[in-house]
Amino acid sequence: MKPKSVAVVGAAETTKMGKIPDVSVIGLHADAALNALADAGLKPSDIDGVATAGESPTALAHYLGITPTYADGTSVGGCSFMLHVRHAAAAINEGLCNTVLITHGESGRSRVGAGGRFGGGGGASLAGQFEMPYGPVGPPTMFTIPVLRYLKTYGLTEEDLAWVSVIQREWAAKNPRASFKDPITVDDVLNSPMIAWPFRMLMCCLVTDGGGALILTSAERAKDFPQKPVYVLGTGESVETPMVSQMEDFTSSKAFRVSGKKAFDEAGIKHSDVDHLMIYDAFAHLPLYGLEDLGFCKPGEAAAFIRGRNTAPASDGKAAGKLPLNTNGGGLSYMHSGMYGMYALQESVRQMRGIAPAQIPGAKISVSHGVGGMFAAAGTVIFSNEAP
Amino acid sequence: MPPRMLPEPTPETRHFWDGCREGELRLQRCTDCDGGSYFPPRPFCPKCGSRKVEAYPASGKAVLWSYVINHRPRPDMGPDPYAIAVVQLDEGPRMMTNIVGCPQTPEALKLDMALKVTFAKQTDDISLPLFEPAGA
Repeated sequence: MKPKSVAVVGAAETTKMGKIPDVSVIGLHADAALNALADAGLKPSDIDGVATAGESPTALAHYLGITPTYADGTSVGGCSFMLHVRHAAAAINEGLCNTVLITHGESGRSRVGAGGRFGGGGGASLAGQFEMPYGPVGPPTMFTIPVLRYLKTYGLTEEDLAWVSVIQREWAAKNPRASFKDPITVDDVLNSPMIAWPFRMLMCCLVTDGGGALILTSAERAKDFPQKPVYVLGTGESVETPMVSQMEDFTSSKAFRVSGKKAFDEAGIKHSDVDHLMIYDAFAHLPLYGLEDLGFCKPGEAAAFIRGRNTAPASDGKAAGKLPLNTNGGGLSYMHSGMYGMYALQESVRQMRGIAPAQIPGAKISVSHGVGGMFAAAGTVIFSNEAP
Repeated sequence: MPPRMLPEPTPETRHFWDGCREGELRLQRCTDCDGGSYFPPRPFCPKCGSRKVEAYPASGKAVLWSYVINHRPRPDMGPDPYAIAVVQLDEGPRMMTNIVGCPQTPEALKLDMALKVTFAKQTDDISLPLFEPAGA
């Protein structure tokens, strides 16, 4: 890193130390954070980067009321905070954010609210107390909860969700590695087994096995490698809430909006510059939210955009859409092993190298947008295949 | 049927669960800023960071904000499909809950329908805040 380019301006420990039976793990993080903020003369809203281990940065940010453009959940044991300082310095120097809060909190002795790591498991976590008692069973019953509000707000129906699955299957048909390649109709989708109203099986992603890996180096060195380099043009990230019930707006993801805007600002491109788009589609509504929150469509207009074949391949004499979306078939038809973001990135790289099974001719810019948790987090990467 | 998954209150949320046991839905608000009511419970204001906050009894009135009907029930929830809902409280915050006292169907569960809180006793310590149609 660049020496003396970054400084610590606030530091504090929890109000009490030793035995603290009246504060939970997330409360210890927050107590230390509020003390450090007071030390620095800052409010939570002045923070735009969060880093923590043990607790998730998403839970920390939401609990404190922070909307970050940088979230570091590196967890490699007791030295995690040294890594957080180093990553924060890089992030500040790179302009990902301006002011990073790094927290620690552990109820090592009293075990108050412990065990709910990453916000999901324990009955004492906030999700364990305020969501799990009401019967959710994983993503099909949680990621889907905002959708009826979205449909009502914009006068849409289940058929609009079904069209997302139908058109992505058209892309999958072009991909020999796709899990499902046979064409489907809207009726097929609407007659597939009910999972969680209004979601049918064919509106939900696959569950498969698989993996992926990427290797990055400097643009200067990249020229010396055997493959055509794919350059990172811009990036964004944010987190909103570990609890889907606490999303600020059920018709739009704040994490998507913040992440997408940052990536487009960094890349310095317009939406019309984008040749290829990947939007993590764990369920059929994700491309609708993604198209709108990234700014490709106005609120409520993504469903008509997809039905109008703007994201579809050429088919039966109909021309290809102007914004090819999820060209590998997506999580709905290609592949979904649990954390699909890697496959979205792989397809963007293939498209930029010019070797995708459903290659977009002459594509120069690809946007890859991923979601984490149930609208909990977002990351956006914009790629270019043109040398700097 | 296995016992229902229940919350484990922490010191910061204890007032909420004590309230449910006593038949009162408790929210919190900041006395330092006009950030309004917030949920879930925490000992400081998520708008301004002030630790000057208070708990107060909410009206228990809400509208149905969004939901799914789970057709693959969790074993502790019984054999039938059930709605997992989010309601918007009159005071502003939203919370996850179940809707009781009406069929668990899209026809019966209309968005924006008026609801009121009811408390379902699970153990001597825990009662869950559920919602039922306001006319019931």
